[in-house]
Amino acid sequence: MNKAKTGRAKVALSKPSEGASGLTGLWRLRRPVIDPAKCTKCHLCWLYCPEGAIARGADGAVWMIYEYCKGCGICSEVCPSKSISLVKEG
Amino acid sequence: MIIATGNHAVSYGVRAARAEVIAAYPITPQTQIIEKLAELIQSGEMRAKYIRVESEHSAMSACIGAEACGARTFTATSSHGLAYMSEMVFWAGMGRFPIVMAVVNRTLAPPWSIWNEHTDMLAQRDSGWIMMMCGSAQEAHDTTVMAYRIAEDERVLQPVMFGLDAFSLSHTAENLELIDQEVADGFLPPLNPESLPVYMDPDNPVTFGNLLGPDKMMEFRHLIKEAFGRAKGVIEEAAKDLSNATGRKQHGLIEDYRSSDAEVVILAMGASSGDCKDAVDILRDEGIKAGMVRVKTIRPFPGEEIASSVRGAKAVAIVDRDYSYGFGGIIGREAASYLSKKPLNYIAGIGGRDITVEDFRKIAEDALASAERGELGIEKWWGMRGFEG
Repeated sequence: MNKAKTGRAKVALSKPSEGASGLTGLWRLRRPVIDPAKCTKCHLCWLYCPEGAIARGADGAVWMIYEYCKGCGICSEVCPSKSISLVKEG
Repeated sequence: MIIATGNHAVSYGVRAARAEVIAAYPITPQTQIIEKLAELIQSGEMRAKYIRVESEHSAMSACIGAEACGARTFTATSSHGLAYMSEMVFWAGMGRFPIVMAVVNRTLAPPWSIWNEHTDMLAQRDSGWIMMMCGSAQEAHDTTVMAYRIAEDERVLQPVMFGLDAFSLSHTAENLELIDQEVADGFLPPLNPESLPVYMDPDNPVTFGNLLGPDKMMEFRHLIKEAFGRAKGVIEEAAKDLSNATGRKQHGLIEDYRSSDAEVVILAMGASSGDCKDAVDILRDEGIKAGMVRVKTIRPFPGEEIASSVRGAKAVAIVDRDYSYGFGGIIGREAASYLSKKPLNYIAGIGGRDITVEDFRKIAEDALASAERGELGIEKWWGMRGFEG
């Protein structure tokens, strides 16, 4: 709900920002875990992740942002080197 | 003074209101409205963007998008078009986009029909739109301009749809006094995009229409309920201001015609109310104290105003050109919930059958006779052919 300007808080609005819908990582049933030894840094997982929950470092390494990863498993599916495994949560 | 159909009267009203975006799909008997608007834009007499769309659903979607960008928008439709648009009608109402729409009231099929009935619009009555019904081409013209003032008022910010009866109003040419552009501009200030509940400002990006849980939905709906509460005053204020600006008596919530001392009052709505007034005059000449109250605004429903106008009457005859199956005449039932005495509900003019001056005269006499026999709260289908009414 946007209360920034008078008259604007009359309908439900949200601002596009990190975590606007809360910690969606809590929805996850399976956790994707990357094996750095097998990762070729091709970044297909980063490209396919529908949540933008994969980060890239300056050296090309990738890692999961578990606060927002919903565990859909697309990264694991598209990984050519089979370096992402899905581990049951809890 | 010019001569124009009810449809063209609306088009000229849209021009006077300086609508900036028009998105519409043609349907009988609304087509003339948007044909004339296309003509006015093409000839340069009106500065607006006309968006040709593939359906009424898209027409309302385009209006919502344009309104969200701060443009004053207009669309028009009828019966099946309105039904097809219905999902987006709710989006506009619940999203609080102050769009204005003309609905030429036509019977929904089957069997196929193009003639007038009010059920098409009344079926949308819970969509969060302010709803009005016009009684003449002049009123259709004036109401078009008034509708924007009401919709965009910061105390309201809800869309407005107004109805005009198929053919008897939409296609009948009448004398029409156009609102001068200067007068319209004085009455209707330009739309202030900053006041819109949803304004797509690139410098302040927002997402609209996303998921909202049960923890907050009721409160947003309550804001709409409160806006409709304030709308009554805003409507009366707009009617008063436009009366002063044009020198023509404008009606806001209801029109009261000779009802103050009436023994029998007919509650009418739409184009046939003109015939009803003639019937009232004839009855008065015959010594029967008759009166008429016309429902101009349907949402917010002027229940208290109607009740106050008919308080002294022995009989109230509510004429519905619409029906809610398994319930009754829609206006009849809604008005009845505000009246201390049960009214008589006459279902008439369904599918475009004429309701004549003589019909209204007989309805008034029938209601008075029924009241004297103590027969109130009855529904009658008026003028049935080959059936007992």
